[in-house]
Amino acid sequence: MIYLFDGSMEGLLCAVFEFFERKPGSVSLRTEAEHQPDAFSTYLSVHSDPVKANRVWKALQKRLPGIWIRRLYACFLSEKAIGYSSLFEFCCYLFVSPVGAEKNYGNEHVLTVAQLAKKVEREKHRMEAFIRFQHTSDGLFYCGIDPDYNVLPLIMKHFKDRYADQKWIIYDIKRHYGLFYNLEVVEEIRMKFEHPTFNSPSTEIFSEKEELYQALWKDYFKSTNIPARKNTKLHLQHVPKRYWKYLTEKQPVKS
Amino acid sequence: MSERIREKLNILADAAKYDVSCSSSGSKRKNDGKGLGNGHNSGICHTYTEDGRCVSLLKILLTNHCIFDCAYCISRKSNDIERAAFTVEEVVELTMNFYRRNYIEGLFLSSGIFKNADFTMERLLRVVKKLRLEERYNGYIHLKTIPGASDELIREAGMYADRMSINLEMPTEAGLKLLAPEKSHQDVIKPLGYVQNQIIQFRDEKKLIKSVPSFVPAGQSTQMVIGATPETDKEIMHTAHDFYKKFSLKRVYYSGYIPISNDNRLPVLGSAPPLVRENRLYQTDWLMRFYGFHVNELLNDANPHLDIDIDPKLSWALRNLHFFPVDINIGSYQMILRIPGIGVASAKRIVQARKFGKLRIDQLKKIGISYNRARHFIKCADSPFQLKEYQSSQIKSFILAESQSKYLKNDTQQLILF
Repeated sequence: MIYLFDGSMEGLLCAVFEFFERKPGSVSLRTEAEHQPDAFSTYLSVHSDPVKANRVWKALQKRLPGIWIRRLYACFLSEKAIGYSSLFEFCCYLFVSPVGAEKNYGNEHVLTVAQLAKKVEREKHRMEAFIRFQHTSDGLFYCGIDPDYNVLPLIMKHFKDRYADQKWIIYDIKRHYGLFYNLEVVEEIRMKFEHPTFNSPSTEIFSEKEELYQALWKDYFKSTNIPARKNTKLHLQHVPKRYWKYLTEKQPVKS
Repeated sequence: MSERIREKLNILADAAKYDVSCSSSGSKRKNDGKGLGNGHNSGICHTYTEDGRCVSLLKILLTNHCIFDCAYCISRKSNDIERAAFTVEEVVELTMNFYRRNYIEGLFLSSGIFKNADFTMERLLRVVKKLRLEERYNGYIHLKTIPGASDELIREAGMYADRMSINLEMPTEAGLKLLAPEKSHQDVIKPLGYVQNQIIQFRDEKKLIKSVPSFVPAGQSTQMVIGATPETDKEIMHTAHDFYKKFSLKRVYYSGYIPISNDNRLPVLGSAPPLVRENRLYQTDWLMRFYGFHVNELLNDANPHLDIDIDPKLSWALRNLHFFPVDINIGSYQMILRIPGIGVASAKRIVQARKFGKLRIDQLKKIGISYNRARHFIKCADSPFQLKEYQSSQIKSFILAESQSKYLKNDTQQLILF
């Protein structure tokens, strides 16, 4: 039996609800978008119902400590097929086991959820570290990103608390949405780009001192390095090449 | 104007880079009142230099003018280098603008000693006060305590800084006397002790009165230079142990000496910094702080030096084979933590998971232990039966043969015939 859901957290929770409502035996979960029908399986399209989803969510909150609720959410944001199916299996396993079953790291679904959540949190932390704002002439601090996982919902609070006295935009170029902080609240925005970029190629929209501070930062990055200790392997381990496009200090020096 | 500030930044960042500490953790400073900055309890490394060290703080000297002439220091009086000094406003502006662009987690401010200790400390204090009070900046500040500064100045600085540190420089008094005759360990111990007392006092007061401000919330740290003077690893780690215990330090840093002068008391110019040794010392430090090892177990009169080719945890295990094999499904958490190839996270998971059934090899691998290393020291539900008991030298060569250490693989150990 294969359950199909719409890819939302609500849909996933409803699938858990349907599993216990119908008791169909062994079930695997897929998103409708990735579904390829075959001749021998039976399918059920799970209808997203906020009332059912809420019931499952409440039950989860009752059974799990806060850290695990966060893990479930992070695992969902990984947007991976294995993440969705592991979440589903994890919830089913949790509800048929005695309290405390989430500690059973010997169970493959428990371990997958914990490890995927860890990956998402790591990406979230990398975004907190590697985002480089650029100050534009209209007073905005802008940065474009394309993280491996959908981490914008997770990093929102960090940036809101930290940069409370400046307007900023963090835009997810891959997922076509972003966060805009207007000194009061953070809003979700969508923009139309002709050429989405991380570091804007034209310097016309920069504020007066932006180029100076970028140059100063590049200088600092160079001066603080100790050539006698060069260790490229370690460097790449900490800053994998796919993140270099964000980093001001890794852009070529303009002559 | 912009050219001069670039020059100054180059000189003063270059002079500050031998200070290893770059941690930005431990500050819970909250951004209330819509200022700039909010402490991140576990710290954030914003980038890494090409030598693989993290950059989380803007690490600069206020000035590299100095009245001291310490042989190991690049800014010593007799060294012929370019000198520069920042103004208070310049440091504040750099910090604020770097922080706003999410380049850094905060400021690490140190300084050469100009005129005298109090004069220098007072300048440092002016920078942090301006940041905290005028710019409403809540990011991280790591401030150097200047040895010999008055208690009042140190106390006031502690109200604004997140971490304060003061470097021990050489692991032993004799080594310090050799290279910096004007200094002594006592100069370091006094302010460390003073700040430590203040931290305790403020913490006790805070228990009674909630509005007491926090005092150096991220604690103190210190640093030792390794390889400039001929100390043994044992002397180094015992000094570190004493300081951890006496002053509740958050960290002791070990900095492999990079030759910077032709002084005949020091390693010659161009010799490689002792990177492997430094790494082994940090591993020992971690074993002391997170794995429940006592320094005497790792380094004692019989073993005054750490092995270069294997890590200290493995070498302890090989010296103490009578503790092994440990049964994963029965052994205590403390004992599981001591198995080579198992870290803190895996050990915790193992202890939780085994309540639900005996653990097997495949589960252990998935939990994330380094099985190839650990298999010589553990038993679990489906461990293969083994008739032969291996010697520690044999186990060592098994592990070395399959490990891909970037360090020396050519183990020069002699063959054992009998």
